[in-house]
Amino acid sequence: MSVIRIGNGAGFWGDNLDAPQLLVETGQLDYLTLEYLAELTMSILAHQKSRDADAGYVTDFPVVLESLVPALKSQSHLTIVTNAGGMNPSACAAKVAEILSAARMDDVLIAAVSGDDLLPSLDEHLAAGETFNHFETDAPLAELRQQTLSANAYLGAAGIVEALSVGARIVITGRVADASLTVGPAVHEFGWSWDDWNRLAAATVAGHLIECGAQACGGMYSDWTEDISLSDVGYPIAELSDDGSLIITKPEGSGGVVNTGTLAEQLIYEIGDPQHYLTPDVDADFSNVELSQEGADRVRVAGARGNPHPEAFKVSLSYRDGYMVSGTLVICGPNATAKARRCGEMILERVKRAGHELSRTNIECLGAGDSLPRIALADNEPWEVVLRITAYDASREAVDRLSRELAPLVTSGPPGVTGYTGGRPKPRPVAAYWPTTIARNKVSPTVETKPASEWN
Amino acid sequence: MATTIRLGEIAHARSGDKGNHANIGVIAYTEAGNEFLDRWLTEARMAEFLLPLRPREVSRYALPGIKAYNFVATEILDGGASRSLRIDSQGKTLALAVLEMRISPPKNIDEMRKPKTRNPVS
Repeated sequence: MSVIRIGNGAGFWGDNLDAPQLLVETGQLDYLTLEYLAELTMSILAHQKSRDADAGYVTDFPVVLESLVPALKSQSHLTIVTNAGGMNPSACAAKVAEILSAARMDDVLIAAVSGDDLLPSLDEHLAAGETFNHFETDAPLAELRQQTLSANAYLGAAGIVEALSVGARIVITGRVADASLTVGPAVHEFGWSWDDWNRLAAATVAGHLIECGAQACGGMYSDWTEDISLSDVGYPIAELSDDGSLIITKPEGSGGVVNTGTLAEQLIYEIGDPQHYLTPDVDADFSNVELSQEGADRVRVAGARGNPHPEAFKVSLSYRDGYMVSGTLVICGPNATAKARRCGEMILERVKRAGHELSRTNIECLGAGDSLPRIALADNEPWEVVLRITAYDASREAVDRLSRELAPLVTSGPPGVTGYTGGRPKPRPVAAYWPTTIARNKVSPTVETKPASEWN
Repeated sequence: MATTIRLGEIAHARSGDKGNHANIGVIAYTEAGNEFLDRWLTEARMAEFLLPLRPREVSRYALPGIKAYNFVATEILDGGASRSLRIDSQGKTLALAVLEMRISPPKNIDEMRKPKTRNPVS
């Protein structure tokens, strides 16, 4: 029975930059996956691409890749699959090619997998009758089209498999389902057919368990204690077999822990109905997955079942929706919480006096239980709390006015106001999220594979 | 007054977001604990606990293979990651709050606590 080892070295854009290198140096990997795209990352990347045609990909990835050059040279089988391409997989491939060429690795095949970006063809799809109704409310996109910033279909593993089948060692995708980064290598290595639902489900569980990086290995673990070293936490490795059997582990000597507890928590992380974990590859049933400890930091994962994939692709669409700002002050002294709340109200009163009506505002006294208002309760009145004041409005001027009203409170508010050291908070444009779908037959991946020497 | 214990003595949990919805997975340490969760940690009880955050709906799903229940609370995140005005816009701390729910210890509470030998630390 053949087994492949797939390690995931990034769970989001901004994750630890050293983790991928440590993982490949100690993990004996066949594949390294790097997952960078959260729900709204694409709107940020779309904005960057609109300003610069060569931008719009995850800029952490070239930095990481540079650190992986020695491993790519010494481990001839090591292959990287990442969604770092974001809104611009080919520009990302060109940047990676530059790094590899400089390292005299001109022959390495780099693939860019695209086709997920629906923005250029959005009007054609609308004209052809797609209405891009909201996943939950069922409202049609309609006039929000004018404010749309990005629209990306979640593609499955097919494009990745195509790239691997022609020998790509670095596969750079745009928006694909997170788990498909793992399903792709498995289908390529084992030659599974696209209707081998139970095996596709097994690989999907593997991908789901490792996609958030350290969260499988002790990060965020409810039962964390000082005995579990997290400063050197290892990143997860899936050992996947051609029959779909699966072990999750981590590099020997790394910190953290892989046990049935960490993986139970990660299995359930950000899922809805466990009987229907939907990806473009399979409708996976997690409800009867079982975990068993096979040794230190080795857990067997069994019992995933699969059903035919959904007939539509999920689409992550974002649209421009006003402005937000959030700023903090530290309020100290007796009755800090009540005083902080009053300080927040004063700030809002001053914004109002200046002639601005903010449509949504929120005052939080952090330290007094406001992270979960009226649920989390602080036991004692704290000596100081962080006043966090946040506002949204369609008008940039209104939001900007709020950001200017924090500092004056230090001298013109009650005693005990401090902590204004970060400068004036910067209003940011809001990209609102519009989850929707598109018929499967209207989208297909396009794969471009070239040696590093030919990308620039 | 009868002594109560934390839910966290018999279960662990993790929470996160999906757009404007949050999910909270509650995992029993033992089979006895799982049976207790089945009876006690109902949709209605979770909905009541989360009421201050005004979810539209709370649904419960079973994962018997890992002795867990997954709760999905819709429209609970004040608009979700991009639009929420709250510090915890992604519901990451909900799990810890749920583990502070108080329970009257059932007779077989000792069969529900985390076994000492489970989950070896490397």
